Amino acid sequence: MLTTAEPAAGVPLFEVDELSVEFRHGNRVRRVVDEVSFQIGPGETLGLVGESGSGKSMTALAIMGLLGRLRFARSSGSVRLAGRELLGSSYRELSAVRGPELAMVFQDPMSSLNPALTIGHQLVETLRRHQKISRRAARERAVEMLKLAEIPAAERRVSAYSHELSGGMRQRVMIALALCCRPKVLIADEPTTALDVTIQAQILDLLRGLQSEFGMAILFITHNLGVVADLCDRVAVMYSGQIVEKAPVLQLFEELAHPYTESLLRSTTGRPRAVRGTAAGAVEHGCRFADRCRYAQEDLCGQEIPLLPRAGTVPHLVRCARTETLELDTVRAIADDENKVGAGDG
Amino acid sequence: MDETQPLLEIEDLSVVFRSGGFASRRKTRVHAVSNVSLRIAEGETVALVGESGSGKSTIGKAVCGLVPYEGRIRLAGQDLGSFTGRRSTSAARLRQMVFQDPYSSLDPTMPVDEIIAEPLRRLEKMRQAQRQAKVADLLDAVQLPRSFAHRLPAELSGGQRQRVAIARAIAIEPPLVICDEAVSALDVSTQRGVIELLEKLRTERNLAYLFISHDLSVVRSVADRVAVMYFGSLVEEGPTEAVFSDPAHPYTKALLEAAPIPDPRRQRQRTRATVRGELPDPTRPPSGCSFHPRCPSAMEICRTAAPRETTLDSRVAVRCHLHLDPPVGAADEVAERETVGPR
Repeated sequence: MLTTAEPAAGVPLFEVDELSVEFRHGNRVRRVVDEVSFQIGPGETLGLVGESGSGKSMTALAIMGLLGRLRFARSSGSVRLAGRELLGSSYRELSAVRGPELAMVFQDPMSSLNPALTIGHQLVETLRRHQKISRRAARERAVEMLKLAEIPAAERRVSAYSHELSGGMRQRVMIALALCCRPKVLIADEPTTALDVTIQAQILDLLRGLQSEFGMAILFITHNLGVVADLCDRVAVMYSGQIVEKAPVLQLFEELAHPYTESLLRSTTGRPRAVRGTAAGAVEHGCRFADRCRYAQEDLCGQEIPLLPRAGTVPHLVRCARTETLELDTVRAIADDENKVGAGDG
Repeated sequence: MDETQPLLEIEDLSVVFRSGGFASRRKTRVHAVSNVSLRIAEGETVALVGESGSGKSTIGKAVCGLVPYEGRIRLAGQDLGSFTGRRSTSAARLRQMVFQDPYSSLDPTMPVDEIIAEPLRRLEKMRQAQRQAKVADLLDAVQLPRSFAHRLPAELSGGQRQRVAIARAIAIEPPLVICDEAVSALDVSTQRGVIELLEKLRTERNLAYLFISHDLSVVRSVADRVAVMYFGSLVEEGPTEAVFSDPAHPYTKALLEAAPIPDPRRQRQRTRATVRGELPDPTRPPSGCSFHPRCPSAMEICRTAAPRETTLDSRVAVRCHLHLDPPVGAADEVAERETVGPR
């Protein structure tokens, strides 16, 4: 069994190091996550951004140890929570960690809640699995958690089934379920994507509030740059399995250094230059974005490009051979463009 | 809005669903859409926005003849209600629909050319060679290689599938295409490409779109006019820029404020009055203005009387007591109810 010791001083709370995931189809091996590394401290939110197929959800599943049972998937590298290695741990060891240490909220709350059990039943089950408390005490905690998740009439809702709740309420239940054992790290995989904007704003406020109360680290996976701008402290942009840019949130938007980040921002803010083509499969050599990049130069972009720090005081990593010579449009430039077209901000 | 005859004219449209199964003792009527009027001119894009459950898709379905409705829908001068029995198929010439999910809206066993040719086969008398030529033209129009004709949907990406769905919709050259969340399931970069395609087809073919979407940034970039739906009613309607830059209805304001903007500095400085709560239970609609339980500026009158529609300077129509002059303006109606506060 893993011990639940506090992290030693200097050890980051949550550390993912050169995490890779490979899928095997017969003799072909495809690397869907390629040496992804990041750290998250307590109370910090890291945004993991990318299009579908970029490997962001696979990263989350590998961290949770949920790929372990798939024969064709193999993960390698390291995932450390308070200095303890999680990758390669046995199912039993992981079960002790998932819940009290590490928890996850999924995109679709309908399919992640058990439709045959009441909300309360699922909360009580989770609580009693990890804590030695009586059924009654667990039920009280369950109601308390639902209240923390700002579910109105929590005493009544605790005996409801998931189909009786709206999408927003279900996501609140998912959050209550994920946080009921007070995990140190929360992985949220597109938790607001299926929700309306008004409900999304409520859920983001809720997560923010619970984070400041519990001080957990959050890995927030999303494709929505607006949500990133609203919630995250730091951002990692993924493309085709690799992190292509990583920086503090202001830096990423205002001094972005990767052409893919630029095109992503352009396509979200309206006046776009469309990204050519669709997200690439695995490319053998060189920059994976090259065939869609407006700035690509064959001689430079054809070789393997490492994720390198940029000059400056702020930690800002970029995977682009041409980044120093490019003048990319930042969020300011794009906003100025928009103002010129007469599109004031509401 | 337009002096000339509009292409689509929806008048007092209501759609009522009966809820509760046949074994249920509690049968209720749910007004999915109540008394909506809306016009679309030829070649115009009108967006319907609102939360899920606001009735925006139901309007699209009603125009497409997929749900029974009360009220009147006129399309290209013809009353859709008159297309009954055998004639109902020919109404398909007037409007076609592009659905949200290109995975379930295309028959997985049909190759692309048959999918696109299906409306032609049903509605146009054409020789096979003619039809094939037309399919090739349509593939060109939606910027797909002609070699895709023999592929199955499973071999295409989401964006490519949506292009096939668009080709099928414009095959019989209807004047109106209803796009029901047509780009919502796509990635942002793919989304852009499909939006640009829709724009191109609109200018080339003088198409009009009823563009149903919950994504406000997409709507802002495609629509000429926006109609905001809440709980089955139109609460605000007007030219896109007017509605976005100066929203008149508190709900429109809330929707715009709730959508985070991709700019951390500005986003974190924004004052956000988050709307509390969710859409009301449709079987128990609130009294008065249906938005009042969630409205940050609700007044006494909002609880008792539904606001009538007024028109503002910027050619925006709005249903809100804040814009009725004086605010307690509908006093005659209200006085009868004897529920207004102290005088």
